[in-house]
Amino acid sequence: MSLFLIVALPFLGALLPGLMNSAGRQAVGGVTFTVTLIAFIGLLTNLPAVLAGEIVQTGFNWFPQLGLNVTLMLDGLGFFFATLILGIGLLIIVYGRFYLAREDNMGEFFTYLLLFQGAMVGIVLSDNILLLLIFWELTSLSSFLLIGYWKHLEAGRQGARMALTVTGMGGLAMIGGMLLLGNIVGSYDLSVILQNREAIQADPMYVPALLLILLGAFTKSAQFPFHFWLPHAMAAPTPVSAYLHSATMVKAGIFLMARMWPVLSGTPEWFYIVTTAGLITMVLGAVIALFKHDLKALLAFSTVSHLGLITMLLGTGTSFGAFAAVFHIMNHATFKAALFMSAGIIDHETKTRDIRILGGLRHLMPITFVIAMIAALSMAGIPFLNGFLSKEMMLEEMEHTYLFGPTWLVPALATFGSLFSAAYCFRLIGHTFLGPKREADSYPAKPHDPGAGLWVPPAILAVLVVVIGVAPFLVQDFVKLIANAVIRDAAVLEVKYIKLWHGLVPALFMSIIAVVGGLIVLAFFKPLSRLWESTPRPEAKTIFDTVIAGFVAAARALIHPLHNGAFTRYAMIMTVVVVAVGYHAWTSGTIAAATRGVQPVGAVEVAGWIMLVLATVGLAVMHHNRLMALILIGIVGLMVSIGFVFLSAPDLAMTQITVEVVTIILLLLALNFLPNRTPVESSALRRLRDGVVAVAGGLAATALTYHYLLRDFVDPSISEFHLANSYKGGGGTNVVNVILVDFRGFDTFGEIIVLGIAALLIYALTESLLHGPVRARLLNRVPDKPLSGTQHPMMMVILTRVMMPVVLMVGFYVFLRGHNEPGGGFIAGLIVSIGVVMQYMASGFGWAQDRVRFPYHGVIGTGVLIAGLTGIGSWLFSKPFLTSDFTYVRIPPFEKFELATAALFDVGVFLAVVGAVMLSLESYSRLARRAHVKDPDEPMDIDPSRDVDLQEGV
Amino acid sequence: MEILVASAVGILTAAGLYLVMRLRTFPVILGVSLLTYAVNVFLFASGRLTIGAPPILTDAETYADPLPQALVLTAIVISFGMTAVVVMISLGSYLGSNDDGVNDPLLDKDEDLS
Repeated sequence: MSLFLIVALPFLGALLPGLMNSAGRQAVGGVTFTVTLIAFIGLLTNLPAVLAGEIVQTGFNWFPQLGLNVTLMLDGLGFFFATLILGIGLLIIVYGRFYLAREDNMGEFFTYLLLFQGAMVGIVLSDNILLLLIFWELTSLSSFLLIGYWKHLEAGRQGARMALTVTGMGGLAMIGGMLLLGNIVGSYDLSVILQNREAIQADPMYVPALLLILLGAFTKSAQFPFHFWLPHAMAAPTPVSAYLHSATMVKAGIFLMARMWPVLSGTPEWFYIVTTAGLITMVLGAVIALFKHDLKALLAFSTVSHLGLITMLLGTGTSFGAFAAVFHIMNHATFKAALFMSAGIIDHETKTRDIRILGGLRHLMPITFVIAMIAALSMAGIPFLNGFLSKEMMLEEMEHTYLFGPTWLVPALATFGSLFSAAYCFRLIGHTFLGPKREADSYPAKPHDPGAGLWVPPAILAVLVVVIGVAPFLVQDFVKLIANAVIRDAAVLEVKYIKLWHGLVPALFMSIIAVVGGLIVLAFFKPLSRLWESTPRPEAKTIFDTVIAGFVAAARALIHPLHNGAFTRYAMIMTVVVVAVGYHAWTSGTIAAATRGVQPVGAVEVAGWIMLVLATVGLAVMHHNRLMALILIGIVGLMVSIGFVFLSAPDLAMTQITVEVVTIILLLLALNFLPNRTPVESSALRRLRDGVVAVAGGLAATALTYHYLLRDFVDPSISEFHLANSYKGGGGTNVVNVILVDFRGFDTFGEIIVLGIAALLIYALTESLLHGPVRARLLNRVPDKPLSGTQHPMMMVILTRVMMPVVLMVGFYVFLRGHNEPGGGFIAGLIVSIGVVMQYMASGFGWAQDRVRFPYHGVIGTGVLIAGLTGIGSWLFSKPFLTSDFTYVRIPPFEKFELATAALFDVGVFLAVVGAVMLSLESYSRLARRAHVKDPDEPMDIDPSRDVDLQEGV
Repeated sequence: MEILVASAVGILTAAGLYLVMRLRTFPVILGVSLLTYAVNVFLFASGRLTIGAPPILTDAETYADPLPQALVLTAIVISFGMTAVVVMISLGSYLGSNDDGVNDPLLDKDEDLS
């Protein structure tokens, strides 16, 4: 099966469980299992190639400019991890299906699980390190969802947050490291990177890159000093702990170190950092684990310890170390997942995980006992179980490792760690299962062995533990294959066999010391535990919370003064900053001399300017009277339109003046509901300050405008092209219109869509207002001024109806001439809208609405559709979207006229504009309509109820 | 003529900014409208000023720059859509809460609102 499919299947499958929730738990579990199984089988189909030593590769370019390509690679290492992820995933799915309670949302759980699974598979199969980073972040996110799955538990939420913070931070560091690495090599493809060992290690950026990448790996794999998040993540449901925290996610960091091993390892930096961190983690984790009373906490710290062990082995940089590390990853995944599942079974059956309460369970839960015992003994390093083999390899490797201090220090520490490791394993068995037989009701719940669904998955793993332990030659070649995939060309693997018996080598004696010592420590557990409890220790959670609280406080102190919910403050800050930046640019740059002459000014222009200025200043001064403000802004709009006429922009003038009309109508409709005065709230000082800021902004705008008006373009403008080709290529003499419907038709297409969406948004807002609590308010609302006695004055009604055909005619005319003379779809649409709005205003909403044959939504949609289809039409002639064509026809007795596809496009624009304007205004009117007493049925009538209304209202 | 256009842009900007810094929705909307005029004229003027030569092809030698005109034309229409949406939002907020202030009402009252 293609590698793409293997990675994509879990992601695609993740859609199913969430959607199938109502189909029942069996179906949800079943579909999750099936998806994983297919991916697993797909993976196995690649086994022959992997065994033959091939590297299966596939990929396509995604963002070649960034070096980010979807390239996947499957070698021994990737295959091994993918097997772990999917294989243990299958067991976990079965287990999780039976573990989750009836009230848990199983679809949600399995959706998260599959997302996580896909991300993990993505990591181990990525060839491109940027792609790998994406999957890496996805595991952080999906594990956050999984750890916090029981949202009602505070511990779950806090644990999830902590895990996300720590691993997310590490992920961030790793992005930096990977970018450095890619920069050194000049490629982001692992297959290239892995062949550049010398170049990378000689580069001055090697150390920063190494540190950053290790930061990512250490946080993910819970290495000291980032080990603290893992125990807190145990608040997750046990299937999650078993999956993420034994076999998969925490191994991602290990995987990365193994993947990068050929190019990063072997230097003193690598050796000292990685080995030391691993050694400390291993010893510390083992010691803490012994004194934990919560089964899962014990297992969590034991996982920390074992991850440290593997890290340490990778750190040595020898081929034997890599071999032992790979073998231990395999063994740890088997026994630790089995142990987590056993712990989950105990929790499930006895309703407690506190070792102090448990004991004697072997009589009540024999099956669980056998499974847990096999797994725990393997972890303790007892012969004939797989843990023994890899642990002895570790001890052997440590015996040759010199880190610092006396030569015996590292072997002694390793033995010490193993001793505690053995002790907690024995404690796990002894204090939970052994001990005197107790009555079933002496536990919080009556324990008994669970159904097969819960014990079969760990049992399968326990069988593997024994099989590998007794007959290591079965997996020997596979482990060698993986180890060689880790090592690549960096070294030669010298291991020939995995042997049970090495003879009387030092490692054997270290093993014996560890096991015997473990038993002795357990015998003195009580006094040791008292000593441990009385020793002060730093509590990671408290430190973490303090640090986070510090960050939050600092962020708040920085942001609050700027971003405190006062919109006015944002506006001021933005203005000041923009003006300051502009001023800086102005003073620090060079200013060219003026190249253009000044246009003459006549008296009329000055008069227009004075009106504009008076209206604008008046608006700022008198804005408290809202109706007056509307009148003044109308004047401003009018003067701007006239300005456009003066300055050779007839199309703009027509658009501006028509938009002005509809905007004022719209604001009037809104003002109907808003208070008609703005109260004076700000102090004189504040107004002065705002005024100063505003004037500064105005001066800046003036200076900028005046400056460029007197200078020519720095680069030649593309306008010349449009002027030259408008008639030749577009068939129209109105260049502005040709640009709109032809040269830049795609822009216009987008713009009418935006306009349509805005109108639909207004419609939707109106609907939600009319169906919410606001509705009652609107219905009870009483106008603050008496309504006019003649709501629909006869003069106006007659006038508008007479005008209607004329307006439509004008609109039609403006539309048709648009291509060659000022006009076009936009303007015609606005003119027609005004004609229709006049009917609403004069004859009433009810009357006008009755005569609307097409809903305005449909008009918008039709417009966009026509414009779009016109564009698509050019595909039929193998031309790009929106290529236009035109021809001239002559039908007697008319003169010759032009037919252009652009005109069809303009019809779309026209319809969209009409629909959008009308839908907006109609929505506003609907608010008003509900607010008032119902519209009179007939136009032109006198409303006799107005006096009654007033009395009721006052 | 240039100084008239430039100063008009400046005055529109100044009045717009002043109104945007008011505390109620209605003046803020008017302020944004004034800023829209200012920006539209500014963009239009980036084609430089031409009198008596609209970009309608005839036998003339020079024409006004058509490109900024086309861009501003759609900007005018879009600004109508934007104004309509903003007005509806402010209307909904006023009808829902009986408050047409623009600042966060939860803002500490003792604090200077600026």
